[in-house]
Amino acid sequence: MAELLLELLSEEIPARMQTRAADDLKRLICDGLKGAGIGFEKAQAFVTPRRLALVIDGIPAVRDDVSEEKRGPRVGAPDQAVQGFLKGAGLASLDQAEKRDTGKGEFWFAVVTKKGGPTADALPAVIDGALKALPWPKSMKWGSSTMQWVRPLQSIVALFDGQVLKGEVSPGGAMAPIAFGDTTRGHRFLSKGTFEVANFADYVAKLRAAHVILDAAERKAIILEGARKLCGEVQVTLNEDEGLLEEVAGLTEWPVPMLGSIDEQFMDVPPEVLIVSMKVHLRFFTTSGANGKLANRFVVVANNVARDGGKTIVAGNERVLRGRLADAKFFWDQDRRTTLESRVPGLKQIVFHAKLGTQAERVERIVRLAGEIAKATGADAAAVELAARLCKADLVTGMVGEFPELQGVMGRYYALGEKLPAPVADAIGDHYAPAGPNDRCPTAPVAIAVALADKLDALTAFWSIGEKPTGSRDPFALRRAALGVIRIIVENRLRLPLRPFLEVDDLLAFFAERLKVQMREKGVRHDVVDAVVSLGGEDDLVRLLARVEALQAFLGTEAGKNLLTAYGRAANIVRAEEKKDKGLAATIAGAPDAALLEQAEEKAVASALDEVSRAVKPALAAEDFVGAMAAFAGLRGPIDALFDKVTVNVTDRPEIRLNRLKLLNQIRATMDAVADFSKIEG
Amino acid sequence: MSNPSAARAKPTCFQELILTLQDYWAAQGCLILQPFDMEMGAGTFHTATTLRALGPKPWYAAYVQPSRRPGDGRYGENPMRLQHYYQFQAILKPSPADILERYLGSLQAIGIDTTLHDIRFVEDDWESPTLGAWGLGWEVWCDGMEITQFTYFQQVGGIEVDLVAGEITYGLERLAMYLFDKKSVYDLPFNRADSDVPLTYGDVFLQNEREQSAYNFEHADTEMLFRHFADAEKECGRLVEKKLPLPAYEQCIKASHAFNLLDARGVISVAERQSYILRVRELAKACCETWLATQKEAA
Repeated sequence: MAELLLELLSEEIPARMQTRAADDLKRLICDGLKGAGIGFEKAQAFVTPRRLALVIDGIPAVRDDVSEEKRGPRVGAPDQAVQGFLKGAGLASLDQAEKRDTGKGEFWFAVVTKKGGPTADALPAVIDGALKALPWPKSMKWGSSTMQWVRPLQSIVALFDGQVLKGEVSPGGAMAPIAFGDTTRGHRFLSKGTFEVANFADYVAKLRAAHVILDAAERKAIILEGARKLCGEVQVTLNEDEGLLEEVAGLTEWPVPMLGSIDEQFMDVPPEVLIVSMKVHLRFFTTSGANGKLANRFVVVANNVARDGGKTIVAGNERVLRGRLADAKFFWDQDRRTTLESRVPGLKQIVFHAKLGTQAERVERIVRLAGEIAKATGADAAAVELAARLCKADLVTGMVGEFPELQGVMGRYYALGEKLPAPVADAIGDHYAPAGPNDRCPTAPVAIAVALADKLDALTAFWSIGEKPTGSRDPFALRRAALGVIRIIVENRLRLPLRPFLEVDDLLAFFAERLKVQMREKGVRHDVVDAVVSLGGEDDLVRLLARVEALQAFLGTEAGKNLLTAYGRAANIVRAEEKKDKGLAATIAGAPDAALLEQAEEKAVASALDEVSRAVKPALAAEDFVGAMAAFAGLRGPIDALFDKVTVNVTDRPEIRLNRLKLLNQIRATMDAVADFSKIEG
Repeated sequence: MSNPSAARAKPTCFQELILTLQDYWAAQGCLILQPFDMEMGAGTFHTATTLRALGPKPWYAAYVQPSRRPGDGRYGENPMRLQHYYQFQAILKPSPADILERYLGSLQAIGIDTTLHDIRFVEDDWESPTLGAWGLGWEVWCDGMEITQFTYFQQVGGIEVDLVAGEITYGLERLAMYLFDKKSVYDLPFNRADSDVPLTYGDVFLQNEREQSAYNFEHADTEMLFRHFADAEKECGRLVEKKLPLPAYEQCIKASHAFNLLDARGVISVAERQSYILRVRELAKACCETWLATQKEAA
């Protein structure tokens, strides 16, 4: 058994593409091996900013001959079919094929032997195929190349069983081919020249000596442990951030965490502003003090071991941060000289969408919608009006101009600075929330009204110009908006029928779809949601979910399961009869005729149904879905007995048959009033 | 790689920074060209980049280009923002295999010691909607500060390039502020401190920033500029017809600058903005196509 080692060295690969590329390389090479009939035990992919690497263990050094039988056309088939068969099997003439009787006639058969031989002979083609197929999100040409790669490809290590594989990649144009070899390079600044590697273990060790940590998981651990230690030394806590950690590990081959400080003069700027500057723009980790508030220390991760111990690097990064924060502080001081109210007219200058007018027009719509929502939820109308009118005003502040990701957040700070009521300020700050499935939902009445209005306006507005999400395309994040509406309503248990706000039924259906997705993610059975949604007409999400929950709970009980079986039997019989007789459905609608109920079991079911109906109606009216379902439990015994003792299709007495079908249909109708049980999968 | 210049010592002022970069890139085999004598938003607009990036002929050049962004004017009050500033641009076509090493050599030449600093290549895709151009590359960070834009050109004027040019753009003021540790661009030493007449960047340009900002934002005659835009657009089209891509492209540059001024004056609505950008792009595209035809004829 032998090892395959592959390394593709290039100029710096964007951090966000690295993990995916390593996985793709592994998948493509493994698929290629399988396709070539080459076995292996274990494949591991690695990635750094400059290299994709792959090691595959347990590959046999030699491939056995493989014979394969191919069945051809029937003997005597047209020449065209015969020629096709010969070509496909690689035979010169039918003399090389044999006739065989399969029991269904005589057919031509070819026995094709794929020659085995050294695995090394087959590997270059596998590698070549994988390199051509590797899907970079964005790729480019370089020099005179016709080949595309994420950034210029520099060298390739391809070793099998310690030997260099014979192969090369031709970038095309006038460029020299990149031959497979055993030579690579270390860190861009901490290592000089090239070195040869013999196998994976040697490769990893030599890279380490050349200041490259191959494994991203190890780089992450170094960053995390180093950063925690630095923080511990100055009594602050690292604000851990997996996404940032991943990115920084993708920007460094030899990560060196270092501690820097924020100038005290900037610490009264809102922490969100400091965090955006540090985390988003400079890829610093932020820290917290003992009080949980943002501390004036940060961790920057360098990709170099500087000869002054990193003093210059830290000073440089602090300086860049100072420059950015000086801007931010300037805006912070400047913006607070103007009220939000006086900024509102400025929204006329900002186009929201070419077909949907300016932000000023959008705000007008939000004010109106928020007002209607406030009426329904009982939120303070004046506060809602004010918050809605000011919610977008921060878009024309200097700070949001420079840091767009702080929209809303800054509006809240400026509102608080103006001494506007706290619920108004919070509503401005919260009106974009929730930004995702894990983001916090607004809970205060004023904030709820404005946040809902913001999203409902976006949905109805984009719907009105035909900009609906399709497949993977959702440029205006309308799915997220709908999910936000659902979460705000459900988590706050708001009794807010949606239909008056949605204008079109199509949009209500979109909500139902989103709701199903959301419920499925929460582990609710999709058929249970279906059974409730397909009743139609329900636009009160809280009531809808109460019904879903009650139904799911009921179906979990023994009574529920049995009743579902009974429902299924009743429905099947009725459906089968309806199929035979198109007019039947109309005939059997309505209650059965009591006079025609002959057997005790029939009468028992009829009276049980009456009783259930009497109990269910008030329960439904009172939205007591658990009570409504519980009432069904009494049906189970009589229905079981009915199926035991009573024949429905008494062919010689049509009026009795019809009445019994009515009875069965009544079972279905009574249960369907609570949920469409036909949607439930047994 | 040619021998990097060892003659010049580490730069100590703005003009020595330029001279050092010129020496360095000259030693790398680049033509040292002079700025294009028209107002433009970036060094990329110079014919030495936009047009020379197209066609099958190799091209190594470097030059300083005064760049005008009327909307970035701050009346000389912002220490980092200017409506007129300088870019130093090197363009190597086809991009040589060691282009990054050559670039890092230029940092060494201007005094950025890679044993002390942290140099990072951070993904940054470049696109110029007005030129119909795009490329992939990086922002180069030195201790967290962006000091260079590095781009491999893939398309110019909507045309896929024959040979890929590596474009290296240094923002000179920003780089100088970093090298000479100045908080304000106006405090940069323009020439050496030991000169007979030592002057700062502010001595040379502060008044210009004030006056030009007033012009850009308050006094530019918008009717005249709309007329200039329309005239340049028409003239460009006429010259393209005559198969004169170089004069035609100058008209495209004129139209682009008129648009930038109008934009700064705030007289172009957001909806119109897109259509003006598209009109300039159409001009750039026509010029590039005409230019390319002349290159292929000559080749």
